Amino acid sequence: MTDFTLWDIVRNLLLAGRWTVVLSLIAFAGGACVGLMLTLLRMGGLWPIRWLVRLYVDLFQGTPLLMQLFLAYFGAAVLGFDISAWTAASVALTLFTSAFLCDIWRGCVEAVPSGQWQAARVLGLNYLQSMRHVILPQALRLAVPPTVGFSVQVIKGTALASVIGFVELTKAGTMLNNAAFAPFTIFALVALGYFILCYPLSRYARYLERKLYGAGSR
Amino acid sequence: MTLDFSTLLPYTDEILKGLMTTVWLTVVTTFVGIALAIVVAYVRDGGRGIASRLLGAYVEVTRNTPFIVQLFFLFFGLPALGVPISATVAALLAMVLNLGAYTAEILRAGIDSTARGQHEAARALGLSRLQSFRHVVLVPAFSRVYPSLISQCIIVMLGSAVVSQISVFDLTYAANFIQSRNFRGFEVYLVVTLIYLLLAVGLRLAFEFVGRRLFAFLQGGSS
Amino acid sequence: MALVAVNDLHKSFGDLEVLKGIDLEIEAGEVVSVIGRSGSGKSTFLRCLNQLEHHDWGTIHLADQRLDGGAMSPGELSQNVGMVFQSFNLFPHKTVIENVMLAPVVVKQTPRAEARQIAEQMLDKVGMLEKIDAYPAQLSGGQQQRVAIARALAMQPKVLLCDEVTSALDPELVGEVLHVLESLAAEGMTLILVTHEMKFARDVSHRVVFMHHGHIHEAGDPQTLFTQPKTPELSQFIASIL
Repeated sequence: MTDFTLWDIVRNLLLAGRWTVVLSLIAFAGGACVGLMLTLLRMGGLWPIRWLVRLYVDLFQGTPLLMQLFLAYFGAAVLGFDISAWTAASVALTLFTSAFLCDIWRGCVEAVPSGQWQAARVLGLNYLQSMRHVILPQALRLAVPPTVGFSVQVIKGTALASVIGFVELTKAGTMLNNAAFAPFTIFALVALGYFILCYPLSRYARYLERKLYGAGSR
Repeated sequence: MTLDFSTLLPYTDEILKGLMTTVWLTVVTTFVGIALAIVVAYVRDGGRGIASRLLGAYVEVTRNTPFIVQLFFLFFGLPALGVPISATVAALLAMVLNLGAYTAEILRAGIDSTARGQHEAARALGLSRLQSFRHVVLVPAFSRVYPSLISQCIIVMLGSAVVSQISVFDLTYAANFIQSRNFRGFEVYLVVTLIYLLLAVGLRLAFEFVGRRLFAFLQGGSS
Repeated sequence: MALVAVNDLHKSFGDLEVLKGIDLEIEAGEVVSVIGRSGSGKSTFLRCLNQLEHHDWGTIHLADQRLDGGAMSPGELSQNVGMVFQSFNLFPHKTVIENVMLAPVVVKQTPRAEARQIAEQMLDKVGMLEKIDAYPAQLSGGQQQRVAIARALAMQPKVLLCDEVTSALDPELVGEVLHVLESLAAEGMTLILVTHEMKFARDVSHRVVFMHHGHIHEAGDPQTLFTQPKTPELSQFIASIL
């Protein structure tokens, strides 16, 4: 067994940590796009579509992310594709993120008082115009803090990609541990890595929330 | 592409065994985790002392790191420090600590929204801080944050799928086990995912049932 | 010897001096109404009497015992001075009887059976015995306030403080609460009330205290005070109320 210096461990974790960041960005960006579409379908649209979106959200919120990853991985194989852990993780995390963001954003649109809709309608704005000029700007303001907050869940969610063999921070940790066997140090460092990524976002989300709440109550 | 669920039938016992483990882990975690959260919320509500700061750090670290890393840290890290720990105990400990941290934050929001008059009435009646917390503040605070609490317990139940990674024979472990025997990964995971979904629905219904009993005082106007 | 003796009470919130030296003695069995404009310091004064607010200077004695400055524990305080609030502040998750029994059982360590007996007795006194198992949300404001009175009485205090206890009530519910206070007064309970109910202050109280800018501006028996106010401030106040 080779000797690992602390620097070797940290360097390897940092290298793998890049993939945690990249996967998080993919999942968040992809999830935001899909989530936005779902939100608009959920708010407007015919009832069967609204119902389907709701089912989609409930399914992703009611099942383990780990299972979603497994299903993406093995489901592709059933369909005849041989996909990499990369692709499977990106797809599963994107869908997972879209479902939660859809739910958060729907709440924000619904939180805009109905008087605003009525006021817009009285001024002669149609549905899309009301949405664009009156409702969405207000909903967006409400949506920023919980969306930033949820990004923390996305980053933490990428850790599960390690289970299907994607080498990111957590997988690098287990691999290093198999070679160096210094579990306490290694997993503390892995945790520290996530903490450095997540804590500023958590703080920022809380700050935004407080600012919004403070401005709203004045 | 063909799906064949019949190859799952010989493994009903494994699935049941895994299901039982997931259920009891969830039930124990719910009770112990909420108890832990109450203690944490009480101490943190009391001010800025050392205990309060330490518990604050615990809450932040737990909320900002993945559950799977917490699990590995406990399961692999503690024995390396000379504290032997079984996979089941590590899983339970990680789940309790996780739920405790999140619930403490949720509960804090409920406690913070307690009307000033409630505190004053308790003080005027001579209740100490602990007595006031226990008899006056706690139950209404729970009732205000109960929906978030339900969601959090479901999240922890679903997240417990990860304990399979340290060889705890839970539902996911059963799925992995069957997959390694019959090589019908998609079918196995689909069925197990559905079982998780049913568990989530069941847990929510159970919570709502208990909530209606516990918070009967909210149904006013029926006199 | 006075039951309550307040001596040179001062209280500031930041730069704002709310109480500028209050002296007042109250006899056992006396009913004292404190009146004045909002911001005159009357509520703060009342809240100092059971130490919900801590004053900066001065002393409060109750039956020759020092009450302020940490001389009494919260438990002792609540057995000497009870308080009823403007917004009732019943505990929403407890039934009527549980609200009334809570402090005797938890603070005073009274056995449950005995506490229940006392609670029933107090609820009977305020006419709420038949609603014993209702939750506060199921009661009208007047009923809630009567329960709050019973809850304070269950600690068997020597003095009952009432902080604008009818101000949050619909007009038609004010009467039932005042009626309870009247009967308490008739029983010889010592009452100190901050109130806007001038008719009640005049008809029921033995003494009326008019507070103005953190001082006791004028005090005396209600008949004289209301019919022949000595100061222009009190005349103005009475005129503005009537």
